[in-house]
Amino acid sequence: MTTLTFNKKELEEKIGKIDDNIKNKIDMFGTPIDGETEDELTIEVFPNRPDLLSLQGFSRAFNRFMGGNVDSNYIAEKPENDFKVIIDKSVKKVRPFTSCAIVKGLKFDDDTINEVIEIQEKLHGSYGRNRKKLAIGIYPLEQIKLPIKFLAKKPDEIVFQPLEFPKEINARQILSQHPTGMEYGDLLKDCEEYPIFEDSNGEILSMPPIINSHKTGKITHNTTDVFIECSGFNKEYLDKTLNMIVCALADLGGKIYQMNVKDEVDGSFVSPNLENEKMKLDADYINKNLGLELSKDEIVELLNKMGIETRDDEVLIPAYRTDILHDIDLVEDVAIAYGYDNFKPEIPDISTVGQEDKMSIFKKKIAEVLIGLGLTEISSYHLSTKEKQFKNIGVRNFVDKMIEVLDSKTENNILRDSLFANSIAILSENSDASYPQKIFELGKVFSLDEKSETGIGESEHLGVSLCYEGANFTDLKQMLDYLMRMFDLNYEIEETEQDGFIDGRCGKIIVEGKNVGVIGEVSPFVLRNNKIKMPCVSMELNVGKLY
Amino acid sequence: MAEVVDMKKLVESLSPNERKIVPHLEDSNMIELSERADLDKTSTLRSLQLLSNKGAVEINSRDEKSIELGINGLLYVKNGLPERRLANLVIHKNSISMKDAVKESKLSDNEFKAALGVLKRKALIDLKDGNLILSGAKEELSKTSLEEKFLESLPRALDGLEPEEKFAFENLKSRKNIVDVQEKKVVEFKVTELGKNLKKEKFNDKMLESVTSNLIRSGNWKGKKFRRYDITSPVPKIYGSKRHFVNQAIEFGKRIWLDMGFKEMTGDYCQSGFWNFDALFTAQDHPVREMQDTFFIADKSTTSKDVIGYKGKLPDSSVIAKVKEAHEGGIEGSKGWQYKWSEDKSKQISLRTHTTCLSAKTLLEIGKNKEFPAKYFALGKCFRNETVDWSHGFEFNQTEGIVVDENANFRQLLGYLIEFFKKMGYDKIRIRPGYFPYTEPSLEIDVFHPVHKKWVELGGAGMFRPEVTIPMFGRHIPVLAWGPGFDRIIMEFFEITDLRDMYRNDLNKLRDVKVWDK
Repeated sequence: MTTLTFNKKELEEKIGKIDDNIKNKIDMFGTPIDGETEDELTIEVFPNRPDLLSLQGFSRAFNRFMGGNVDSNYIAEKPENDFKVIIDKSVKKVRPFTSCAIVKGLKFDDDTINEVIEIQEKLHGSYGRNRKKLAIGIYPLEQIKLPIKFLAKKPDEIVFQPLEFPKEINARQILSQHPTGMEYGDLLKDCEEYPIFEDSNGEILSMPPIINSHKTGKITHNTTDVFIECSGFNKEYLDKTLNMIVCALADLGGKIYQMNVKDEVDGSFVSPNLENEKMKLDADYINKNLGLELSKDEIVELLNKMGIETRDDEVLIPAYRTDILHDIDLVEDVAIAYGYDNFKPEIPDISTVGQEDKMSIFKKKIAEVLIGLGLTEISSYHLSTKEKQFKNIGVRNFVDKMIEVLDSKTENNILRDSLFANSIAILSENSDASYPQKIFELGKVFSLDEKSETGIGESEHLGVSLCYEGANFTDLKQMLDYLMRMFDLNYEIEETEQDGFIDGRCGKIIVEGKNVGVIGEVSPFVLRNNKIKMPCVSMELNVGKLY
Repeated sequence: MAEVVDMKKLVESLSPNERKIVPHLEDSNMIELSERADLDKTSTLRSLQLLSNKGAVEINSRDEKSIELGINGLLYVKNGLPERRLANLVIHKNSISMKDAVKESKLSDNEFKAALGVLKRKALIDLKDGNLILSGAKEELSKTSLEEKFLESLPRALDGLEPEEKFAFENLKSRKNIVDVQEKKVVEFKVTELGKNLKKEKFNDKMLESVTSNLIRSGNWKGKKFRRYDITSPVPKIYGSKRHFVNQAIEFGKRIWLDMGFKEMTGDYCQSGFWNFDALFTAQDHPVREMQDTFFIADKSTTSKDVIGYKGKLPDSSVIAKVKEAHEGGIEGSKGWQYKWSEDKSKQISLRTHTTCLSAKTLLEIGKNKEFPAKYFALGKCFRNETVDWSHGFEFNQTEGIVVDENANFRQLLGYLIEFFKKMGYDKIRIRPGYFPYTEPSLEIDVFHPVHKKWVELGGAGMFRPEVTIPMFGRHIPVLAWGPGFDRIIMEFFEITDLRDMYRNDLNKLRDVKVWDK
């Protein structure tokens, strides 16, 4: 989840007083408020709207939404003479694309510098998938000499002073010594050559996606003009990201200039391209999906509130919007502008017949029978621990049948293979509750099964445990017997031995020749191990096999 | 307001034990009454309470600290304190070596030391050349000590000790298990006017206590009266058995969808990435597909470095090709996510993160059978790799629904959801824009949490994107889809403020929790 925190004063300067009505509107705009303190307001920005990830971007869009007349047409000036970037053949293998721009006439103070850094970081984290997809660099133009070259070199040949580092080091050292290098080093580690931006004095500007140079890559209060690049693997993503940044900088008072990018392999182009993408305005499609009867003019007005202009039958998509993949995406913008709270809910008259799953019904009926016998239903987690599932009930060989999940954030990291183990754990946790304790659980257990689609077999089980002074095999067998009679099933018990049960008091439950479960008195060793004070008798049935 | 009491009815309602104590009623305490009436303490107390309910006595119970004999104290009362036993020995022998004294006194090491200390402190004996000798008068030594007197007087209240007694108590308290301070409930009572009148009444001894098979047969009830019960008095708690409260609510939730004509979907908890993510237009580099959010199943014979975990089988290849196309370049009218889609990654098995994977599978079936319109629901467990807190668990239930219909629209989506939440007990909910990779438009449903005083997200809904429906149907047919979390919806009813309490299986709580009655 990506959030954005505003200083309330700064935000109020842009969008007016933040009262309850405005807060509700912020939620209804699709940027729900995630937290609030006296000075700060935090909103959540959904992954489809990275263009809102800055004070500029958010207030531009929100003011339009509130009906303000905000100009969101951005123009890029033609490139000046030396506004040129060369993408060298060498870099195509490691980081094939870059899109670049220049923005002039900016004024930087500490707040705006921090804001520019924050926009970059937010985009890196969300849209850039933690720099895996793309990385952004912004450089003070006064420190560098155009044109710029994007090329790749052997790590040992790349030597510069990385941002906020005391001395010059080589690329390998950056990955092992610089904090940012250590954090993102994995993204370059397997490459033979590393990408760099270099100016025409041969100064290294940066090594994407890791770090800028301290000398040429740091914006200060004296900076007015900046060079911006986005580098990565998908040109379309880079273009959009660049557009989001230059538009935010234009909102800060800058003037956008294009650059000539000479790609030695894929052909040259001019960037950024702020021209609107066009889509056909289809009022019927929008009305049909929303269940509304809006006129074309109303739709045009609603799209306008979302910062989307129209010309004749064409919709002009702002250059910084990344989320309009299909006509259906315009439908949502119209809905948000219309107001989710203004729709009149309707239940259509569609005739369909309801039908409960057969197995669900069977399980419900089993539960009814057991409730009638005075048993309390429990419900436990499907994820468990080795201790609970195996060790505590005396199972010794479990490594081969254990199904593990990766990197669980809690101690629960294996899938349960029986309900018996869970019921022992629960009786153990409840050893201070009053007796008799009679419990049952209906639920899935898991086993390895190569024949199934997922490689994991899932079966519906019933687990029953009776625990009190005097609890014995007969008590439970009577219940099993009753249960079987109620479902018109014939069964037999066949003596068996199983870990955790007393030999000679444990049997397989056989129905129509199939082994469907086990019943037995729990060994005092297991009871004592689990601090259970009373005798216990348990059974477990694969009810999927009964049905 | 004076209450008019029917004395006759009152008399008829006295239990046999009440009848036993009424003649002995006088302002006093429960213990004394029990002795006077010759009735055990428990029965006396219960009868007093019944009389109090009837207004015949006023009970005043308070906690009092009392000093009792400890384990050693009991023994010493019988055999004498260690210092008494040592003193007797010295008196008897006049002088005795330490070694012999230890042996002959039959005291333990600790007791001997304590006894010696006490006697020396009181300057009654002395130690000379390894011998114990009398240093005071024999009479002094044989006099009963304060401690002995005090022990004899136990048990007694802690309050109101005389200074001498307090001194003795402090001395004994510092020694092991001689005295023991216990908190005791003292029940005192006063007899009211009514009680005094009741005492004067004559009781008819021929009241019948209970109906027995014998009584029915014999007809002996004729012309006699049954004792009146105090039918308003409280009774001890009992507990019945019932379904787990979450399952009770699940049954109800299912009923809502069934009544609205939905068919139930069920399916495996383990699912391939294909059904859990790819078929739902969730790009393969989406954060939800990383280990920190989702439980992937470990592969014991790991071979691939790039794609972690256990891998399963995929459905037939024509669907795969269409899903791949939707991701890479987009299907008609869509730009897609523009990346290279990996079949290997879609084979990764994880625990389903949402029941929406069941909807995806069902769409394919609906398309094959040309079953339009169609309405399906699911209510089942989902899994997310989360740390656990009051509003998050790694397992939770979700209620899923889809409506497939040429004429389905956004207003109908709101209609179904609001109806469901109304039936679940929520009249006021908030619907706001949301985001899911597989729906457009998307929405979120919030309810206001009364304890945490904030809007709590119950989950999302939307209309499936064409990138989801076209690969399954071959063309776009609108599908309304939702999947709010179910556990959070039922928290308020069960007065649960922490999701962790849902699956704790505390039997006391399970016995106490109220029944879902919506």
